[in-house]
Amino acid sequence: MPDREPNPSAGQQPKPAPEPSNRLELVETGEWKRVSPKYVVVEIVGTIVNAVVVCGGAALLWLLLDQTWALWVGIVVLALSIINLVFEPRRVRAIGYVLRTDDLLFRRGILFQRFVAVPYGRMQLIDITRGPVARWLGLADLKFVTAAASAVVSIPGLAEADAESLRDRLVELAESRRAGL
Amino acid sequence: MNEEPVARARPPLTASRTDLTDGEWHRLHPATPLLRGGIFMVAIIGFIIANLRERLIDLFIGEENYGGDPIDAIYERGATGWALLIIGGVLVVILVVFYLSWRMHTFRVTGEIVEVRSGLVFRSNRKARLDRVQGVDLTRPLIPRLFGAARLQITVAGQDGNVELAYLGSKLADDLRRDILHLASGLRQAKQPAAAPDAPVASAPAVDGAPTAHSALGDFATARFNEFRAPELDPDAAPPQSVVRIPLRRLIGSVVLSGFTVFLLLAGVGLLISVIAGSSGWVLVAVLPGLIGSVGYYFSRITKTLRFSIAGTPDGVRVGYGLLSTSSQTLPPGRIHAIEVSQPILWRRFGWWQISINTAGQTSGRSSTPVTGTTLLPVGTLADVEKVLQLALPDFDTVTHRALIENGMLGGRKRDAGIADFYSNAPARAVWLRPFSWWRTGWAVSGSVALIRRGVLSRDLILVPLARMQGVRISQGAIRRRLRLASAALHTVAGPVTASLSVIDVDEALVLFEWMSTGAVRSALADTSHQWSRTTPPTQEATQ
Repeated sequence: MPDREPNPSAGQQPKPAPEPSNRLELVETGEWKRVSPKYVVVEIVGTIVNAVVVCGGAALLWLLLDQTWALWVGIVVLALSIINLVFEPRRVRAIGYVLRTDDLLFRRGILFQRFVAVPYGRMQLIDITRGPVARWLGLADLKFVTAAASAVVSIPGLAEADAESLRDRLVELAESRRAGL
Repeated sequence: MNEEPVARARPPLTASRTDLTDGEWHRLHPATPLLRGGIFMVAIIGFIIANLRERLIDLFIGEENYGGDPIDAIYERGATGWALLIIGGVLVVILVVFYLSWRMHTFRVTGEIVEVRSGLVFRSNRKARLDRVQGVDLTRPLIPRLFGAARLQITVAGQDGNVELAYLGSKLADDLRRDILHLASGLRQAKQPAAAPDAPVASAPAVDGAPTAHSALGDFATARFNEFRAPELDPDAAPPQSVVRIPLRRLIGSVVLSGFTVFLLLAGVGLLISVIAGSSGWVLVAVLPGLIGSVGYYFSRITKTLRFSIAGTPDGVRVGYGLLSTSSQTLPPGRIHAIEVSQPILWRRFGWWQISINTAGQTSGRSSTPVTGTTLLPVGTLADVEKVLQLALPDFDTVTHRALIENGMLGGRKRDAGIADFYSNAPARAVWLRPFSWWRTGWAVSGSVALIRRGVLSRDLILVPLARMQGVRISQGAIRRRLRLASAALHTVAGPVTASLSVIDVDEALVLFEWMSTGAVRSALADTSHQWSRTTPPTQEATQ
């Protein structure tokens, strides 16, 4: 499968490519900013920890309590985790954001794609969080929170300095476009 | 920040009804602690009576059949004096605590904020900015209502973010609501005389006009009675006639024809089968309390929605409910984040619709008002829906808009033989994912309102004012990609309405995304409803 890095030349085309693609792809957005490639490590560690915990539990159930179904659950989880690990780098590369004139655009996902646009004026607060692994790598997650619980844009894996400057930039943009609720 | 210059420039309101909005601290109704702790007191009295029951019987019948009674024990040991002292002491402490809690519970209203201080040991202080007011609710629960008291709730955004003034005198609460809404609207003094003619409207029962030839007690009773009859005491702030009238039969029918009834019937059939199949009668015994409880559910649903009224006021839509405990909610303009007009399948034969809304200050945690906060119309006909939507979205009232609404409620791709369908619908291949409703699944944007039409079992039309929309999302999974489809959602504040579109053509989705995201920004800039009576837009918005 081709990599989904957006084509910069797509910005000049007024309409989607002539051959109809089934894929959801925004055009005329400008260049997507990507998160740090190091973020793959955070995701991989998370997946491995998850897999170890679940598979460990399943193994205990299987060995100590003689529950055969636990073995199958463990195997399925292990297989899914391995598939996950294989796709992890591409998934991280698919996360992107653009600061447009009036709103923040965010995308993620390859198989399950998602695009979100949130106007700056709707910002209620910005949250920066760092997990243990992310802190070790010098990364931070930025969360753009609006009044709607579902319209939270969470950009993971930003370099700490980037996260802070992005936060300041977003707050500044939100101030200048302040709307009610 | 932008409100600062506005607030300084605003002259003080001269025509305010009460002297409570002067920025000084005021106290609540003196009976407040009693009313708030009312249930607690009733419980204590009930407990005492239950314990002294035998002794009371003895007083009247004169038969001594009790023994080991604590009162006996006290009497025998000659500790009556001490017991009385302790009881007296407890009473005094209760009274002092009540008095102190009343004294410490103060509130003030200034040009910009409403603030409440309360608490004896744990002090709490709540402040709400008036330009962020999401709604003002005036409720009169049954017992406080008998005493002529009312609770005023100023709703601000966020879960449980209410400033509550409980309790105030009924008339005072009405006037204070009006003053708070006036202050919040940013109304200037110049407008005041024209907006508030103090001549009483003839049709509304005037409390002060009650005959005064009786004793003070008689006056009190008459006033209470008049208040009890009149849902609104403030004729000039609320036009007494509601735009919608719900006949009792329709109301009962709508409550009976609900999903709950279907569930009950299914459960009843199941029960019958189990009894016939030979299981013993204990199942019936176990289920019977549930059945009785469901009767209570119907009853409370009906009494809560009885005497429903909705009317437009200069300060927003006013929705009134309730027979015994009444509540009246005022939604200032621009506080409605999403509207859903829906028709469950059981209502289709009768042509009934209901309207629910999302607002930012929902009191979702309170079980006492589950229906009222989010329902704009419990049940109504097509004409009622039109009138209510006219109130909720005043700018959305041209011929095109009405056609859009009607189309959204009744129309669809298949049956648009006569009238043009204004919605851009899902393509026919969406039948794989939505076999029954694909032909009704569509969206439209008109003015600053986005419309989503969907559903067949329950026909839904969702209207989202773009100025209130928080964000837009389009997404696509593996199955939708094969079908060249996508799904879309407009994010609004939490509530019963979710504005999502489950199937949409890919290219359409991109168009929708672009339209919604630019539309949201554009209409937010043009929006001045945080101070809805101000004619000039605030300076900061002019810079954009």
